[in-house]
Amino acid sequence: MASSSHTPLVEMRDIEKHFGSVIALSGVSVTVNAGEVHCLLGDNGAGKSTFIKTMAGVFRPTGGQMLIDGKPVAFSGPRDALDAGIATVYQDLAMIPLMSVTRNFFMGREPVKGIWPFRHVDFDFCDRVTREEMKRIGIDVRDPGQAVGTLSGGERQCVAISRAVYFGAKVLILDEPTSALGVRQTSMVLKYIDMVRKRGLGVVFITHNVRHAMAVGNRFTVLNRGKTLGTATRGEITAEELQNMMAGGRELAELSDELGGTV
Amino acid sequence: MSQQDTADLASVKDERLKEAPLILRLMRRPELGAVMGLVIVTVFFIVVANSTMFEFSGIMNFLAPAAQLGILAIGASLLMVGGEFDLSVGSMVAFTGLIFAACVVTIGLPLPVAILLTLAFAAAMGLMNGQIVIHTGLPSFIVTLAFLFILRGLSLVGLKWATGGSTQLRGVREAATQTPLDSFFYEIFAGDAFEGLFTWLAANDLIAKFPNGQPKVTGIPVEIIWFALIAALAAWVLTRTRYGNWIFAAGGDANAARNSGVPVRRVKTSLFMITAGCAALVAILTVLDSGSTDARRGFQKEFEAIIAAVIGGCLLTGGYGSAIGAAIGAIIFGMVLIGLTYTTIDQDWYLVFLGAMLLMAVFFNNIIRKRVTGER
Ligand SMILES: Nc1ncnc2c1ncn2[C@@H]1O[C@H](COP(=O)(O)OP(=O)(O)OP(=O)(O)O)[C@@H](O)[C@H]1O
Ligand SMILES: [Mg+2]
Repeated sequence: MASSSHTPLVEMRDIEKHFGSVIALSGVSVTVNAGEVHCLLGDNGAGKSTFIKTMAGVFRPTGGQMLIDGKPVAFSGPRDALDAGIATVYQDLAMIPLMSVTRNFFMGREPVKGIWPFRHVDFDFCDRVTREEMKRIGIDVRDPGQAVGTLSGGERQCVAISRAVYFGAKVLILDEPTSALGVRQTSMVLKYIDMVRKRGLGVVFITHNVRHAMAVGNRFTVLNRGKTLGTATRGEITAEELQNMMAGGRELAELSDELGGTV
Repeated sequence: MSQQDTADLASVKDERLKEAPLILRLMRRPELGAVMGLVIVTVFFIVVANSTMFEFSGIMNFLAPAAQLGILAIGASLLMVGGEFDLSVGSMVAFTGLIFAACVVTIGLPLPVAILLTLAFAAAMGLMNGQIVIHTGLPSFIVTLAFLFILRGLSLVGLKWATGGSTQLRGVREAATQTPLDSFFYEIFAGDAFEGLFTWLAANDLIAKFPNGQPKVTGIPVEIIWFALIAALAAWVLTRTRYGNWIFAAGGDANAARNSGVPVRRVKTSLFMITAGCAALVAILTVLDSGSTDARRGFQKEFEAIIAAVIGGCLLTGGYGSAIGAAIGAIIFGMVLIGLTYTTIDQDWYLVFLGAMLLMAVFFNNIIRKRVTGER
């Protein structure tokens, strides 16, 4: 596991983001280390998506600093973040249901062969890689030509994650990957997140679900109304305490008990 | 990762996933409906029509109009897969026809220069269409509907201006064959191809000929060659190249495509340019063929092109379709349009057929899409 003596893969310092008069983030600091899952929790509208979009180069922060491997950076677009090894799997997954698994897997980064004007996508290679990568995570895509729309939600999530990993992500940002999934599918995705962590990637895992966070997280940061409420390390904090922090200090013990029992 | 992890995950996998049967894999091909339609229409005319329809000369007869529509339909299908429409292609044929004829006759430019200018002009118009759609965020349906009228009107005005009052501009053929260079290009864009081969075949009694020794079919009309080449090229680009994958992605979900690094705006703009370019090519081919141009050229072709694309398997919502399918759709059109003249059936049934075919294709495509994507 990563130790705090190493330079973090990504360090976000006092990030602020204003949308006109709306202050979505007012000073959020988070670090992501290699080989660790950093969970980002918070209620609806807390600013989680805004924060990771800043990290992913979609938004330019209004204030604050971003460091990668200790060096300050300023992204001018998602492409920059990708090039720096920060890959994001958004809530919508950026997958196209009508297109095949292979075509989705390599979308935007198709390997080509041949010389112009005969240059074309090496689909044999693509199919092979897709099949292998899917097998690795336990999804048996016998036919990589099948449309992504035919995959289950969890499988889709896994395809999206493995695509990011395959293309060399160092930091993987997952925006609520388990929110729409059933129990079985959730466990598939959580296991895969664990595998990715063991490969040495840094993972930012956004969720509303404390149970899901506790299952894989090494550190937990709770956002509330655009501010960091604090970061806790695994073992230092119980699910109940996290749940209470998320609710902004309001007493929700009975509710989290209930959740703790069933989720 | 450890062996254990993989084993664990494997146990989570959906055991209901089974190998796709051949029939499903066939159904996954977007052009399936078009192929079935072609078979049905062919069988119908074999039964009903005079047998001369399927002689070589008869086939050339219906392939020629099919080719003209087909070139437009292939452009339309690429654009539809890319998630946009172009309702201005018919008017674009008229307008680029005017530009081309004016270049050749009124200005007297050499044929290759006129051809290049016409294509460049069409590309510029496509660029404008694309930029307006992208920057205003308006549906391409509305933007290009506006250009349907604008370009048709400009064609009328321009023709009167170029001819001094008439809506027809004649004398293209004469003006386009004045130098050997002109004649060389004229051969590529007009008349028949492989004439030498056909004469040779006739001389050796390999094909039907008239008593004077002339072959009954003197060659393959060039538009059919263009049509075949463009269909093959478009199919290859769409299914085999990176740009093709981007077209599917841009039409399937522009936002997802953008997030994956696909230059969606450039892809869509280039598709508008290609569609306009196809219209210009049809204009050049047909203007040279008839030797004149008029303001009605390409009238309602935008609808026929879109219908052919839909018959060919393009979804109206984008992200799915086939260039070959659109080409087959156009052949079905040509077959019915010309085929009816080989029967005792009233030709005007053609329009009824057009509408019915569209309805059936859309209905069929919807079912197919649901099957293919497992839409729940
Ligand atoms: N583009 C924008 N323009 C204006 N306000 C915005 C924009 N994006 C987000 N906001 C505001 O910023 C705040 C934080 O939104 P954000 O989407 O980051 O929340 P979240 O924590 O991801 O919530 P959820 O759990 O519902 O996904 C919200 O009040 C939202 O209305
Ligand atoms: Mg969110």
